[in-house]
Amino acid sequence: MMVHGSGGRSTGDLIEEVFKDAFSNEYLDKLEDAAVVPGPAEGESIAFTTDSFVVTPVIYRGGNLGRLSICGTVNDLLMRGAVPKYLTCGFIIEEGADVETLKTIVKSMADTAKEAGVLLVAGDTKVIEGHGGIMVNTAGIGYVKKDINISSENAKPGDVIIVSGNLGDHHACILSERMKVDSDIESDNAPLSEMVSKLSSLPVHTMRDVTRGGLGTVLKELSVASETAFNIYEDKIPVSEKVRDFCGILGLDPVYMGNEGKMVTVLPKEYEEKALSLIRSSRYGENAVTIGEVTDDDKGRLFMKTKIGGVRELSVLEGEGLPRIC
Amino acid sequence: MKDLEEIKKYLKEYDGPEMNIMEVCGSHTEAVAKNGIPGMLSKKIHLLSGPGCPVCVTPSAYIDKLISLSEDEKNVIVTFGDLLRVPGSELSLNDVKGMGRRVEMVYSPLDIITLSKKEPERTFIFAAVGFETTTPVYALLLEKLIREGVRNVKLLTALKTMPEVIAYLMDNDAPIDAFLAPGHVSTVTGYGIFKPLATRYGIPFGVAGFKGEELLIALYGIVKNRGNGVVKNYYPSVVTEKGNEKAEEVIDRYFIKTDAVWRGMGNVPHSGRMIRDEFKDFDAGSEGLTEDKKKNKACSCDKVLMGKMKPADCPLYGKVCNPLNPQGACMVSQEGSCFSYYVNKRTD
Repeated sequence: MMVHGSGGRSTGDLIEEVFKDAFSNEYLDKLEDAAVVPGPAEGESIAFTTDSFVVTPVIYRGGNLGRLSICGTVNDLLMRGAVPKYLTCGFIIEEGADVETLKTIVKSMADTAKEAGVLLVAGDTKVIEGHGGIMVNTAGIGYVKKDINISSENAKPGDVIIVSGNLGDHHACILSERMKVDSDIESDNAPLSEMVSKLSSLPVHTMRDVTRGGLGTVLKELSVASETAFNIYEDKIPVSEKVRDFCGILGLDPVYMGNEGKMVTVLPKEYEEKALSLIRSSRYGENAVTIGEVTDDDKGRLFMKTKIGGVRELSVLEGEGLPRIC
Repeated sequence: MKDLEEIKKYLKEYDGPEMNIMEVCGSHTEAVAKNGIPGMLSKKIHLLSGPGCPVCVTPSAYIDKLISLSEDEKNVIVTFGDLLRVPGSELSLNDVKGMGRRVEMVYSPLDIITLSKKEPERTFIFAAVGFETTTPVYALLLEKLIREGVRNVKLLTALKTMPEVIAYLMDNDAPIDAFLAPGHVSTVTGYGIFKPLATRYGIPFGVAGFKGEELLIALYGIVKNRGNGVVKNYYPSVVTEKGNEKAEEVIDRYFIKTDAVWRGMGNVPHSGRMIRDEFKDFDAGSEGLTEDKKKNKACSCDKVLMGKMKPADCPLYGKVCNPLNPQGACMVSQEGSCFSYYVNKRTD
């Protein structure tokens, strides 16, 4: 029986069990945000990725399915050190979908593509039976300059871990919309092009966008991939007061909440201040902060020093992050 | 009040007699792990996670009943998310949802009224599980159903109360020297309800909040009071001696105390609540759901809930039993003892 994925362990297990063996090759097996494959000329590479987007509601505070579908693919390309170039989009539209809603989504896709500096160069539309749902797939390519090697495997002891801004906004926004809770928390969905472009002047080891499964899942995966230990500090983790209150009421943990416009950067400590100032001077990066460091003590493990001085070991998100009931 | 550093030092360096402190609130179990508290305590202080997660203590017959109600196409089962994956004697609600039956998740019981008005031809059955904290919400739901004349909503209840199960644990040799008393429950009941228990068993109760510092302060107070039958309120911003009398009143209007079966533990006299006879039209058949079969015979949820076994010592723990494939209810809920130990990699 399939368990609905929240980007944590169940999704990971499904990929392992069904897809990885069947499609296995040297690029796919890395399971990175985007595959980096050889380009037409010696030394050049192309980053290539695809993602499908389903969200309820399709229009939410701070964004919509269209913006989300551009940001997701653009950010995945960026995380491999690529400059995103061309995107395709495929719409699967269920009968009964609202045309005005569709227009809003498409307009937003166009605007976001412009903001991210990419062109939508091909598309497809299918209308199927159903109840008015709208699903979008985008695929994209980006160019990777010679000698750029940014990968989950590259974190090294002595590196610092920087997160680009407040966590949990998208998750809290969607959840509050679904629960019809009166709230003004907005999604953070955003293309991270500007900050990544600025960071390209520094020897960054790893970048990852902090999407479904949240910071805990992402950092645990990075610690395993790079065979290092990640240590983070609870009091450094940036969460807005609104989201913190929202989480408190529902028993949610910001460390495991999804984001759509936040990234983690791992790079040598000597470049910490420079990296922070570059990210903070970029759009969507004003709340960037260092949250911890990479060590070689316990390979593949992620520890969080808690506010009161305890140590909590974190793993990938288990289950679906449901609100508690009592 | 001592300062936090002194409290932390005391708890870490405590070298008195061994002490087992049980928390009977799932949110405490979660908060303890999230704050990294186990590693801050002396090896002589042990935290036990008790029967404080409503989903975990719901017997298999209750899940089976919901599943059998879902067989009727006119019925829609409505529940909180956590309950979906709890195994009955064979299947879970999630399994039958996968078979195409109507099982829906809501965040608030009051949402069921909106659902029921959209489809008046169907009967919406709310899986009403919970402790003293959640029961007032069900009472308010009933009040609303009556006031608005909604007739196509029913409750299948598995409501539990804390003091009786605490007595049951103590009378059945659970190795407990103190209780970290539940903060949320106490807001409704008041901390006064623990006084007779503290006196009878000669052990301290400390009502605690859910922040790291609040937990440490309460644990410090509890350890200091070892062997004394006292109740101390370490959550005075929210909890009073008498609690929320209005909430108690509305509970009493719609519910009556009854016996209740706790998963793995059997019948605990007077530890439950059921809808009063005059409102029985709203009850989907909650009486007599006493059978409690294990999906896997080796599951030790019962011993874990009573503090007689640590989750990691169960032969199934982390092997065939994990959050994706839970064998017992304690591995399902976020607040379940086994789930919390597993995701937080607790080894204490």
